Amino acid sequence: MSDTRLSDQATYCGHCGEPLVDGDHGACARQLALEPPRFCARCRRRMKVQVTPRGWAADCVEHGPLQG
Amino acid sequence: MTEPVSPPQPDVLRRARARVLEAGEGLAYADLVEVLRLPDEQVPALLELAHEVRLRHCGPDVEVEGIVSLKTGGCPEDCHFCSQSGQFTSPVRSVWLDIPQLVKAAEETAATGATEFCIVAAVRGPDERLMSQVRDGVKAIHDAVEINVAASLGMLTQEQVDDLREMGVHRYNHNLEAARSYFPQVVTTHSWEERWDTCEMVRESGMELCCGGLVGMGETLEQRAELAAQLAELGPHEVPLNFLNPRPGTPFGDLPLMSSADALRAIAAFRLAMPRTILRYAGGRELTLGDLGTRDGLLGGINAVIVGNYLTTLGRDADEDLALLTELKMPIKELSKTL
Repeated sequence: MSDTRLSDQATYCGHCGEPLVDGDHGACARQLALEPPRFCARCRRRMKVQVTPRGWAADCVEHGPLQG
Repeated sequence: MTEPVSPPQPDVLRRARARVLEAGEGLAYADLVEVLRLPDEQVPALLELAHEVRLRHCGPDVEVEGIVSLKTGGCPEDCHFCSQSGQFTSPVRSVWLDIPQLVKAAEETAATGATEFCIVAAVRGPDERLMSQVRDGVKAIHDAVEINVAASLGMLTQEQVDDLREMGVHRYNHNLEAARSYFPQVVTTHSWEERWDTCEMVRESGMELCCGGLVGMGETLEQRAELAAQLAELGPHEVPLNFLNPRPGTPFGDLPLMSSADALRAIAAFRLAMPRTILRYAGGRELTLGDLGTRDGLLGGINAVIVGNYLTTLGRDADEDLALLTELKMPIKELSKTL
């Protein structure tokens, strides 16, 4: 498992789900310090996300799990 | 060079000192409105008084709690602040936590020194499946971890109240969310009175009642004071105070954050309304108050915190909060003192 939010495989914003090349996602990046990603950064599908007291785990039906 | 001159103390603070600090009675609605209207230069004196009240009537201990979502998303209700409603276009998807994950979350919480662990489900009220899952979860946690288990499962029947008490649920959370006069602007799928009824059943059952709400949802200062007064009338053991964190896709998603000064006034007002309650920092404090405001609130009436993450958003690192409590010489309440 890995966090692909900022990896070179990321095409979409994990916060808003829009393409990273469209517009400024600085505000989204700040939001992602206070919440887990809701969209898969590779395919923009909405992920199932479970927040726990000391972390979070997300699951994309296509690209599998990631956690933080 | 002359000493800075403190502004004269307003009458409402003198009245609050006599009534709340000295006599131990909560401040009434009209004075709560005045407190919420105090100018910025009076906020330090207000916080100082609220802190004195907290120390005299509750002591220096801080109650630490962790929370986890057992069932996330897909809620049929339309609470306009909530990203877990199935009625909005929120990106939060429905997901269930299994029992081993639940126990692991309780263990992580207990490791911080917390004495409370609250299991939360995004539902109108629990069905048989959820009650069964909670029964199994509470037993598994009690078998594995020394911690009080609380629950928050929406509106209850009397039978469900009795079942939860039998399971060993220590405290039940059900918030009023907003003042009675503002509630119809916040929720349309159920009434404020239905919430009140569940709270009364819980309180009368012998379980501890945890009941609070949110501020910064567009309510007036009068309605903020009204919520504090209505909570005081209900008399919960604990009041969690949330500051709106506007969630994308919800009807309140575009509301501005409330100011830090207004949030601190609200903390102090709630403390002056309820001198003996556990007043807990809940969601939104990271955004609304930041690190400095968090410290000010702990020195202004707050005596409990949720450590770690919330239900769908992330909180401050638990270790940072625990270090702050150590620095402020506020001991974490021990389990033996909560039973």
